[in-house]
Amino acid sequence: MDAQSTSAIAVDRLVKHYKTGTAVDGISFQLPAGSVTGLLGGNGAGKTTTIAMIMGLVTPTSGSARVLGAEMPKERYNVLHRMNFESPYVDLPMRLTVRQNLSVFAQLYAVPDIDERIRELAADLDLVDLLDRPTGKLSAGQKTRVSLAKSLLNRPEVLLLDEPTASLDPDTADWVRGRLERFRATCGATILLASHNMLEVERLCERVIIMKKGKIEDDDTPDRLLARYGRETLEDVFLDVARGRNREAAR
Amino acid sequence: MTTAIASFSLTRVAALVRRYWYLLRSSWPRILDLIYWPTVQMLMWGFLQLYVSQNDSFFARTGGAFIGAVLLWDILFRGQLGFSISFLEEMYARNLGNIMMSPLRPVEFIVSLMIMSIVRLSIGMVPVTVLAIFFFDFNLWALGFALAAFFVNLILTSWSIGIFVSGLLLRNGMGAESLAWTIMFLFLPLTCVYYPVAVLPYWLQYVAWALPPTYVFEGMRALLIDHVFRADLMLEAFAFNTVLFAAASFAFMRLLQSAREQGSLLQTGE
Repeated sequence: MDAQSTSAIAVDRLVKHYKTGTAVDGISFQLPAGSVTGLLGGNGAGKTTTIAMIMGLVTPTSGSARVLGAEMPKERYNVLHRMNFESPYVDLPMRLTVRQNLSVFAQLYAVPDIDERIRELAADLDLVDLLDRPTGKLSAGQKTRVSLAKSLLNRPEVLLLDEPTASLDPDTADWVRGRLERFRATCGATILLASHNMLEVERLCERVIIMKKGKIEDDDTPDRLLARYGRETLEDVFLDVARGRNREAAR
Repeated sequence: MTTAIASFSLTRVAALVRRYWYLLRSSWPRILDLIYWPTVQMLMWGFLQLYVSQNDSFFARTGGAFIGAVLLWDILFRGQLGFSISFLEEMYARNLGNIMMSPLRPVEFIVSLMIMSIVRLSIGMVPVTVLAIFFFDFNLWALGFALAAFFVNLILTSWSIGIFVSGLLLRNGMGAESLAWTIMFLFLPLTCVYYPVAVLPYWLQYVAWALPPTYVFEGMRALLIDHVFRADLMLEAFAFNTVLFAAASFAFMRLLQSAREQGSLLQTGE
């Protein structure tokens, strides 16, 4: 068995051209099962398109994205029930209560004993008092917790998170990170996390992939990146890459 | 196709139907909207028919053809609208990404929208048919088997159009929204809802006979005016509907594929 077929996520020479230009330009990486990886990059770096291709929402122009051995989007229905995602670019229906939303998605994902699973997640994510309130009446932080609950309903083996703490206050964001760490520790899920938040990436990720203009500019552990660039924080490393100083620094 | 049928899940269909049902029952304006306009239409055409039938012996013999036409037209129009609005609700709610990333198959999505179109249609039409009995002594339900044949053909056409419009919405985003509301009006003059096909210019009659609802409205007039049930017209309508439904489903799948290629599923706004 090659590394690609044993990885939870395997991306090979992935390319996506739109009419407006190239969003992803021949990237390759493999994420072992149970790993947590951060996908960093500025606006337009190609993070969201990469994640969308891994989810099967966007068809690659060339190359391949495999999740749990299934080629996306062609074989997506073999694995969609084993993965999930959370993104600030999608919402849950606002007029439905939290309980209704969670139970609809639990049924879509064929979650056994739906009521028990919702109770469990509500307790874990501090949603007990919100379960019978319309989702649209919740604060941004509460909505993020509900979206997180939706993404954990089926205990996914692969969890894709697109800026999971965007627009949250520092306290709520920290709380969400804590829950993600706990989920990873208990379920051993593979997590790919696109983020602009360097503190988040430093705290959660054991590996960081930095993208710029659709290409991978660097790919290593946070510690090795800091050492190689001679920087104190990932934010400084990110700025070096964003401003084109990475090549010199890496030398 | 065999794989799609084998992996079809009624549970997932039920989940999505439940989602739309929760939405519908959470909002009384949504329910009122289903009943309001069909009632206004029925009353307007009913009173018009009453007026002209008192002044013309021909219209006196038409036996509720206007009210029948307006009720059957509403099945066609509201059937498509019920399908398309449920789909639009996903776009308004920015929930399409969640749906498309879930294990729900496109065919299950379509089936749940069909079920919701019948649910919405029933909420709107059943009270209106009762009002038609009360105001004009016109009982649509008394048409019996003929009504079933009319209904099946009209709902099949409405679903086909709904499926096609949903594909356009997936591919083009909310820019195609107005089509969902207006596309069926193209059928209003061409399918001869209120007049016989013979009224149309000769060349336009070919277009009219290519549309399944034309057979239904001709069949309705044959039943209400001449008291003859034209099974031949219903079978022809069904044959055209089969082709239309297959073409719409094919177009939907191609538009979905194109949406994946263009990245439109990520940006379902304008």
